[in-house]
Amino acid sequence: MAEQQNKITINGHDFIFEPDETILSVAQRNSIDIPTLCYLKRTIPTGACRICVVEVKGARSLLPACSTPASNNMVVHTESAPVIEARRLIIQLLLSSGNHNCAIRGSDGKDWTQFQLDVQKDDGSGELCPVWGDCRLQDLAYKYQVNGDKFPSTGIRYPMESANPFIIRDFSRCILCGRCVQACNEVQVNNAINIGYRGASTKIIAAGDRPLKDSDCVFCGECVQACPVGALVEKESRYKVRHWKTDKIQTTCSYCGVGCQLYLHVQDNKVVKVTGVDDVPPNFGSLCVKGRFGYNFINSSERLTDPLIKENGSFRKATWDEALSLVAGKLGKIKEEHGPDSIGVLTSARITNEENYIVQKFTRAALKTNNIDHCARL
Amino acid sequence: MTNTIGDVEEANVILLTGSNTTENHPVLSAFVKRAVKFKGAKLILVDPRRIKMADFADIWLRQNLGTDVAWINGMMHVIIKEELYDRTFVENRTTGFEELRKVAEKYTPEYVESITGTPANDLIDAARLYAGAKAGAILYCMGITQHTTGTDNVKSLANLAMLCGNLGIRGGGVNPLRGQNNVQGACDMGGLPDVFSGYQKVIDLGTRKKMEDAWGVTGLPDKPGLKVTEMIPKAHDKTLKALYIVGENPLVSDPDLNHAEKSIKNLDFLVVQDIFMTETAQLADVVLPSACFAEKEGTFSNTERRVQRVRRAVDPPGDSKDDWKITCEIASRMGFPMSYESSRAIMEEISKVTPSYAGISYDRLEEEGIHWPCPTPDHPGTPVLHTQAFPIGKGVFHAIEYIPPAEQTDDNYPLYLTTGRIIYHYHTGTMTMKSEGLNERAPENFVEISPADARKYGFDNGTMAKIASRRGDITAKIRISPAAVRGTVFIPFHFAQSAANKLTNAALDPISKIPEYKVCAVKLSKAA
Repeated sequence: MAEQQNKITINGHDFIFEPDETILSVAQRNSIDIPTLCYLKRTIPTGACRICVVEVKGARSLLPACSTPASNNMVVHTESAPVIEARRLIIQLLLSSGNHNCAIRGSDGKDWTQFQLDVQKDDGSGELCPVWGDCRLQDLAYKYQVNGDKFPSTGIRYPMESANPFIIRDFSRCILCGRCVQACNEVQVNNAINIGYRGASTKIIAAGDRPLKDSDCVFCGECVQACPVGALVEKESRYKVRHWKTDKIQTTCSYCGVGCQLYLHVQDNKVVKVTGVDDVPPNFGSLCVKGRFGYNFINSSERLTDPLIKENGSFRKATWDEALSLVAGKLGKIKEEHGPDSIGVLTSARITNEENYIVQKFTRAALKTNNIDHCARL
Repeated sequence: MTNTIGDVEEANVILLTGSNTTENHPVLSAFVKRAVKFKGAKLILVDPRRIKMADFADIWLRQNLGTDVAWINGMMHVIIKEELYDRTFVENRTTGFEELRKVAEKYTPEYVESITGTPANDLIDAARLYAGAKAGAILYCMGITQHTTGTDNVKSLANLAMLCGNLGIRGGGVNPLRGQNNVQGACDMGGLPDVFSGYQKVIDLGTRKKMEDAWGVTGLPDKPGLKVTEMIPKAHDKTLKALYIVGENPLVSDPDLNHAEKSIKNLDFLVVQDIFMTETAQLADVVLPSACFAEKEGTFSNTERRVQRVRRAVDPPGDSKDDWKITCEIASRMGFPMSYESSRAIMEEISKVTPSYAGISYDRLEEEGIHWPCPTPDHPGTPVLHTQAFPIGKGVFHAIEYIPPAEQTDDNYPLYLTTGRIIYHYHTGTMTMKSEGLNERAPENFVEISPADARKYGFDNGTMAKIASRRGDITAKIRISPAAVRGTVFIPFHFAQSAANKLTNAALDPISKIPEYKVCAVKLSKAA
């Protein structure tokens, strides 16, 4: 009986839902694809974009799946004709607001050229949109075979903001979905940005519409990761990094002890961008400014590349063989002359477990001393 | 941490102390902020600076530097007097309550106020709030540990948690926030003078025998070695002759740097293995270039004891190598052959000799990390510690008296200095200062001072000040900030050119040998 009380039918299949679940949640759990734009996990659904509308038997209008609770014996269709029609209209409207007609202009040589010239003028770049091929709106326009011709473009209301080292805010590509505002206020709780002005003038603003650098923003980049289009983009990788040219490798951040799971985006054997891994503890996609933007050291020209031996007060390059023999010989001699406890080893809170294990094994088994420590205290 | 990071959002009350969380653990701070803003949790903040978390706090106790034992005893005084403590927990799971009660008795809210400067009524409110929580989490960081009474401070927090039965439950716990990616792992793996991996003691004959068999060696040393803060003075006396330093930069991170530098220069032989030519590497006889985290395979263990994979994304530059390969080469050349096929093979050995890691393998870490203790390959890991019992059986209350910090202000050095990190830089800045963006946000050192003190000493915002302690002096830009408390200035320790640790006091906690970075006496004057 209990099962029957929690039954929902989606596209002709019956599913059990949990108390407080939305239609979207039940669908996602059962691998039914309902497109979303404004919906951001771990936040309160706003239903702002309405791209996730579905047909619910008996309802007067289409309902947003992200904010409609599942209820008993509900019958839902996620891709019916009225649903598809509604989604196409929403996408057409979004494509007309600002600078978005990338997905569908490929076959129209004249307009495509004009579009790219506009991009060049506005962005200072002759390249494709920085998120071309990695854009939720583009994906949806392609999926629903919609182009930007239906409505006249609203034009570009606000200039781009690039007056900070990390994030470009390109308002011409903003679809006002509000995900960045939720990421900032409900996930990171930095409360730096909000929705400002009204109606056609609506804009995502920080601190009374000042640049991010003069606001409470701490550049965690949660908003960039949440942005489904090209409105918020990492400044350093913008136009330089194309997602189809990069590999993503999951690893653990090397800064503080939280151990955030992140993707290193690699292009030509260089780390060119970092994003958080969604859905995985401990950070569930969140990062801080250091984890997201502090990766330059990896490829720094100041990295040490060769063993160095000091002679007459200055370093010279050496081969590994020479350097290792010198170290082993010197440590061996000091151990012999002054005893094992005349040598100390500082291992590191920065290197791996395996490496720490090896360093302590070396200290105890090869040097025969317990003089090993690291900077836990410092 | 006894509990997980995710657990923070399960707490009804969070007691946060000695942690500038939004700057030092920003992602973890979001868990606290979400708990407060969306889940109805109450936040008690105890911190001498008006840090960002104060905006989220229900109660903020602004204690004088180095007076932590006093306010913690004060909270326990109230909780015991008003009988708000968890009798069942105290009776069944702890010993030493009577001694604790006797010591706590004299720490009346008024007496505590006279030491800490926190209003007696606020302390009472905080005690009632924490004791009344169904699940109360304590989060702390170096503001608790980096004192000559650091060990006392930590034990006192443990007393408070046990008193209220806040251990072994979801949303509770005593949770130190680890400041470095793998400081937990370095400890777990035996990077400490008294223990092998998994905290197995070197003084224990059986353990040594086990390790000797596993490693194919005899005569492992049986007496605990020197801690880092003891090695430096021994180097100064020339009884320590050589140091092999892997990935550490003590010449920015150590206290009383002038002394540390002299000591390191006294060594006969210094080897530094690092990814950059650090201040410490400059003094080395041999520098060995190593691969960074993005260039190697392995694991890190985070602050919640979760063992997580590190994966190679790019090639290491030039001839640099994995740290473990370098160390193995040195060992082999010293007549103790060490060689492994891969980091995976090392983890296999770790799991064989380390009970708390016995169930950990790379295959199991593929999707997400596992919390140790994980004693067998089918054990799910242990997110929350001490659910049934403590490792030693019953939890012991330590009756602890308040002791003032080692250095006090006087007529010559009238201001207190406390040190820490800022969000845009990390530790000695070796990594973060390679980022133009981070440098643009935080280009140079500063001394944070209250508006009242700035007026008193005649400083304008942005002017240069000379800051001197009994050990050295530096110059830094004045930053007038309401975050500072009157009588205390703050300087971040990242900047080698103007190193705060030239000023700090190397006075150590007698047990942990941690330096008192959080309190010393200084004077300010206009820079020439």
